[in-house]
Amino acid sequence: MSGDHVKRDVTDDQDAHEDRRLIGLVSTGALRVLAALAGAEFRRYLTYRQATVAGAFTNTVFGFMRCYILLSVADVTGQVAGYNPGQLVTFVWVGQGLLAVVNYWGQQELPERVRSGQVVSDLLRPVDLMAGFVAADTGRAAHAMLTRFVVPVAVGLLAFDFYLPQHAVTYLLFAVSVVLAVQVCSACRYLVALTSFWLLDIRGAQMVWVVASGAGSGLYFPLPVLPDWLVTVLWVGTPFPSLLQAPLDVLVERGGIGHGLVLIAGQVAWLVVLVGLGRIVQRRALRRLVVQGG
Amino acid sequence: MIIQTTLLRKDFTVRKKAGRFRRTSTTVSAVDGVSLSVAEGEMLGYIGPNGAGKSTTLKMLTGVLTPSGGTVSVCGLTPVPQRTTLARRIGVVFGQRSQLWWDLPLAESFTLLRHVYRVSETEHAARLRHCRSLLDLDSFMDTPVRQLSLGQRMRGELTAALLHGPKVLFLDEPTIGLDVLSKQAVRGFLAEVAAKGDITVVLTTHDLADIEKLCRRLVVIDHGRVVHDGTLDELHAAYQSKRRVVADLDAPWPDGLTLPGASVETVEAEGFRVTLTLEGATAGEVVARLAQAVPLRDLSVREPEIEDVVARLYAGR
Amino acid sequence: MASPYRKLLVAQVRSQTQYRVSFGLDLFFSTVLTGLDLATVWVLFTVNDSLGGFAGRDVLLMVGIAAFAFPAADLAVGSVERLRVYVRTGLFDAVLLRPLSTLWQLVAMDFAPRRVGRVVQGTAIYVVALAFAPVQWSVPVAVLVVLAPLAGAVFFGALFVAGATVAFWWIDSGEIANAFTYGGRDMTSYPMTVFGGLFRRVFAYGMGFAFVAYLPALAMLGHSDPLGTPDWLRWCSPLTSLVVAALAAWFWRTGVRHYRSTGS
Repeated sequence: MSGDHVKRDVTDDQDAHEDRRLIGLVSTGALRVLAALAGAEFRRYLTYRQATVAGAFTNTVFGFMRCYILLSVADVTGQVAGYNPGQLVTFVWVGQGLLAVVNYWGQQELPERVRSGQVVSDLLRPVDLMAGFVAADTGRAAHAMLTRFVVPVAVGLLAFDFYLPQHAVTYLLFAVSVVLAVQVCSACRYLVALTSFWLLDIRGAQMVWVVASGAGSGLYFPLPVLPDWLVTVLWVGTPFPSLLQAPLDVLVERGGIGHGLVLIAGQVAWLVVLVGLGRIVQRRALRRLVVQGG
Repeated sequence: MIIQTTLLRKDFTVRKKAGRFRRTSTTVSAVDGVSLSVAEGEMLGYIGPNGAGKSTTLKMLTGVLTPSGGTVSVCGLTPVPQRTTLARRIGVVFGQRSQLWWDLPLAESFTLLRHVYRVSETEHAARLRHCRSLLDLDSFMDTPVRQLSLGQRMRGELTAALLHGPKVLFLDEPTIGLDVLSKQAVRGFLAEVAAKGDITVVLTTHDLADIEKLCRRLVVIDHGRVVHDGTLDELHAAYQSKRRVVADLDAPWPDGLTLPGASVETVEAEGFRVTLTLEGATAGEVVARLAQAVPLRDLSVREPEIEDVVARLYAGR
Repeated sequence: MASPYRKLLVAQVRSQTQYRVSFGLDLFFSTVLTGLDLATVWVLFTVNDSLGGFAGRDVLLMVGIAAFAFPAADLAVGSVERLRVYVRTGLFDAVLLRPLSTLWQLVAMDFAPRRVGRVVQGTAIYVVALAFAPVQWSVPVAVLVVLAPLAGAVFFGALFVAGATVAFWWIDSGEIANAFTYGGRDMTSYPMTVFGGLFRRVFAYGMGFAFVAYLPALAMLGHSDPLGTPDWLRWCSPLTSLVVAALAAWFWRTGVRHYRSTGS
């Protein structure tokens, strides 16, 4: 039908427009815009003082608990799944610290904006929706790094014996891995948020994400505790270990520097896949919005 | 006296940031020595500018807020320690906060309230019937409260506040944000309530038309203190509000023309409209003199605007 | 006396069942989450076939008590955490204007019947645990078997109320309560021998978390506490729960008094 044909041309144009915007971002220094968005989010979180303190406190309490639990399991044979007690201590405390930085379970404002239609004003701005989302999340992560990361790690260091990296380069690799983990998590959460363009009530999708990310990322216990085949499936088939297990394994130098580099490469691979997927889904989502006359 | 307060006070500590890390705290008196007596069956208008202490006074009268000083007694009870006992004898409508159940149909909110206040079925049904007819609730009795318009919701709130037969009705800005028709409906209803005389009503409002149409007595509060307590006429007299005559002429007003007993306030439309303030003469005298002096086309006599008086009252502080 | 609260509850339930699809969804996911919690304990257990020096069936009993107590408390008074919203929007004033207790109004008004799913699952786990664990059955043990999960629920309920009460002073600090409620739920599923140092002394014994599942389980199994607490103390969980509940009620009343003196 000629009408459909025309419609497709128009939306093809819009898709190209969207992608041009992204390329335009990178090339014309509208990166400054994204930096501004990140900065704004950072400052916003600075005002949530009570919530930050409360969160850091919760992380610390959970740190004590998980630390004791894993240490008691390690007590019997002196190690758990190849981690010695010091590594387990580092794993738990740095893991609690990273929890708020990587932020799997953070508030989702985008679905609400889609539902109320406010997302239209976001789309009218000269910033790509996905880039804006990720930039804001990065600002938030930076704030969390200074507050929610520092507190549990400091407490843990004082109360327990950490395994400290034996090579200086590990710290750098750890930093890189954390940045990648934050980006991977942002991309995942963006995909979950995008389902709001199709589903009225995205709680189902959110719950799937919450359960899967919690279980598969090494939050409750280091993943190698699980049977080998399951661990392999998780690493290769899901992005979840990249969220927490990867940076932690890098930090405790599990398998040496070489293995750490492999983990980082895996995170990069997942980031590429998720960003690609994000753009495809976003294109479909925006097309749906336009078609519906939203 | 069904409501009695003596030197009622409420102080709040306000903390402000002074520089990066320090905080200064100052004590602000939201209500600063308010003494009121309200007799049973009276309808009292309680007005004041924003932040004057109206809502704070109301909260202290209803037991929501603990006073910092002074005494207060409502229906013979002290609101704060006797909150639940007092709650059965008063009805409260907050203009900006709903007391109804958001997700339930209006009718179910009413039924729930019957149980909450433990009212007998017959009494409840009688009062509900009365309110339904007076406030025209039938068309939206089964609509969930969250879907009601503001006017409909306000009518529902009024009903809800009266279903348990309270002796005192407190209304905090009940007409705020309402369209003209709803305002009329609410005012009509309140006028009925006042006329019956068995419920004492305390009404705080910004809308001075509410006062004019409903309350004989009004209390003006500003910066936590009572600046006037009396009838509307007394207010006009105290602040020397004057009546006005607005005349439309066939020829421009002659420059410098004066009339005894009146002063020229404004001359507009190139002299074709003039506003005279009556100073001592009656309207009849001024109109007669006016007709003799200039070609009159039309005229109207304007009563003193309560807004002007009150604005002057506020400004005077 | 109970009638107005019951009516509030029924009205709340009725307005909830409008959302029937999400009810089923919630049920499904709560099952998954309960399964995950259990799986975590089990996975850690399988590393050494023991946990904190206790055998699997003993640990399962402790898990079972906690698996009932926490969701039961969440079902009963979990909605009290909405206090934060009521205080922020000023709706708490409307609560104060009704001739009912503020606490029970809050509980009844936001009652969430969908939480019953996890209570049922927890009960199932508890029953299974009782069947498999080497319980030393006797009349006192039988009484404890019934009372201990209920006492645990009262304990968690008091924690929920106390945690929510903080909103009267610091609106956004609700998460602090999570450290104790959700943290407490995790913690009580494990034998206290797992924990050490000051942490154990403060949380397990000082704050009373050991009384929820660990000590009653020891009493049911006929073990003494390897950490040295006197044998009679193992039976005291109903008593300690009542004390904690009284403290929480007192704290709530203080919170309401503070709200009424400082306004919203």
